[in-house]
Amino acid sequence: MAIFIETVLSGLMAGVMYALVALGFVLIFKASGIFNFAQGVMCLFAALTFAGIMEKTSVPWPIAFVLTVAVMVGVAWAVERFVLRHLVNQEPIILFMATIGLAYVLEGVGDIIWGSDVKVINIGLPSGAVDVLLDNFDIYLDKLEVFAALIAAVLVGFLAVFFQKTRIGRALRAVADDHQAALSVGISLQTIWVIVWSVAGFVALVAGIMWGAKSGVQFSLSLIALKALPVLILGGFTSIPGAIVGGLIIGVGEKLAEIYVGPMVGGAIENWFAYMLALAFLLFRPQGLFGEKIIERV
Amino acid sequence: MSETSASTILSVNNIEVIYNHVILVLKGVSLTVPEGGIVALLGANGAGKTTTLKAVSNLLHAERGDVTKGNIVFRGEEVQSLSPNDLVRRGCIQVMEGRHCFGHLTIEENLLTGAFTRRDGAAAIKASLEKVYTYFPRLRERRTSQAGYTSGGEQQMCAIGRALMSRPNMILLDEPSMGLAPQLVEEIFEIVKELNEKEGVSFLLAEQNTNIALRYATYGYILESGRIVLDGAAKALRENEDVKEFYLGVGGEGRKSFRNVKHYKRRKRWLA
Ligand SMILES: Nc1ncnc2c1ncn2[C@@H]1O[C@H](COP(=O)(O)OP(=O)(O)O)[C@@H](O)[C@H]1O
Ligand SMILES: [Mg+2]
Repeated sequence: MAIFIETVLSGLMAGVMYALVALGFVLIFKASGIFNFAQGVMCLFAALTFAGIMEKTSVPWPIAFVLTVAVMVGVAWAVERFVLRHLVNQEPIILFMATIGLAYVLEGVGDIIWGSDVKVINIGLPSGAVDVLLDNFDIYLDKLEVFAALIAAVLVGFLAVFFQKTRIGRALRAVADDHQAALSVGISLQTIWVIVWSVAGFVALVAGIMWGAKSGVQFSLSLIALKALPVLILGGFTSIPGAIVGGLIIGVGEKLAEIYVGPMVGGAIENWFAYMLALAFLLFRPQGLFGEKIIERV
Repeated sequence: MSETSASTILSVNNIEVIYNHVILVLKGVSLTVPEGGIVALLGANGAGKTTTLKAVSNLLHAERGDVTKGNIVFRGEEVQSLSPNDLVRRGCIQVMEGRHCFGHLTIEENLLTGAFTRRDGAAAIKASLEKVYTYFPRLRERRTSQAGYTSGGEQQMCAIGRALMSRPNMILLDEPSMGLAPQLVEEIFEIVKELNEKEGVSFLLAEQNTNIALRYATYGYILESGRIVLDGAAKALRENEDVKEFYLGVGGEGRKSFRNVKHYKRRKRWLA
């Protein structure tokens, strides 16, 4: 039983990270209909910048954090100015390809500026086993993971309030609903895009730091993005709760599958379980668990 | 443009509009709207009414349309190169055909998005909201409903109310009667008239429903295939024989046949 609980818990923690990455996708997809292939690389780039600034300048981490946020806002601005603005009204596939290009650019730039060696993020995040659980129930749970989950929860709460209660949040939802109408009431799409990409960059930074603290900042970090895809298919591309629940399901699902089904088929299920689940969803519920209902009424 | 006096809020001067760099849709359209007026832009489906309105509000650009000739002057300023956002700030806002409410936002949130460009503070915006609710009491009742689940009439009211939230001097209103029951259409036009009289909002009104549009407008233009073919005071247009024959008093059935006649007449006019 302890093993089961331990598996579920560690799955949940991994799921939180998937959810964070997926969240960035959802934000951009909702506001601009763009499937942002570069989201994973944005995590890498943000974490790399954060770790790089700390390494080279040895400023305290909050300052490095603020600087990195500024860099991500700069990235958002540049993306709007040099990419999106010129591709307005193009087919979604063209925008998607542009984000593939963006992924390579970010990866290359990160490499040139900060080098390609693995960086460690050491900002005194808690680590080691949660003693209460280990002592009383013999369950091993990493404090870092618990901490990451808490941060993610706070972040999601913050985003929810931002979206529901603020003027800009309302404008973001308006743009997500109907571009044309949003334009017609004087909402500037360019401003909205910069904001959305900035928020997505911020989410990427948080996810990147958590992930980087766990396993170092290195190229493989951008590959979590590939896990975000099945999360999105599960949760629906336009749903924030969907991204979270989808992330958790995939996190837990793949860990459980690895332990209980893995031995039967020779292991390594963790690597492809998520895609199988996504495939099943595509067949039976293509709009995902929480995909937005399309309101049709005249 | 020298003749555009202080009392003209909008003048469209001989504009040509091309979509996708190839499709010529407007072929030299000119019209003026006096300060505080209601001007109707009439014509059958596909005549170019929406295109004209979007040329003014500059929503055209988002549809790959371009004004390639002529100019548009709003309150003494050439506005072709401004963004929709700039125009809303200057007091010119479009209510799009088909209403286009934000379906997943509540009615009240929809209205508030209309105040996006305003910088005069929460209290002033709250006051405008109250004003919109007094003009459209029904919106107050439905304020917490998702707009996507409200009726067509309520959505039309929401779209107009949302535009009002920007404190416009001029509203470009595209086919408000579309798909609404006659009684509701009447109700909406009454409110338009009230807004015009009490709030001093000027209207450029695109309509296929010539009958009602000419009852509320002071002046009208008739558009056919991207050209103005006739214009005049609303009263004069109502009494014009051609207008009577082709645009007024024709029931749903008669439409097909009168189109043929019209084609014939138009050919004759060109040949002559
Ligand atoms: N985005 C577009 N791209 C190409 N052609 C268009 C576009 N929008 C409208 N048109 C064409 O322009 C003409 C006028 O359309 P429109 O302005 O919508 O007329 P109306 O509002 O009077 O019904 C129509 O022939 C229509 O097919
Ligand atoms: Mg139209």
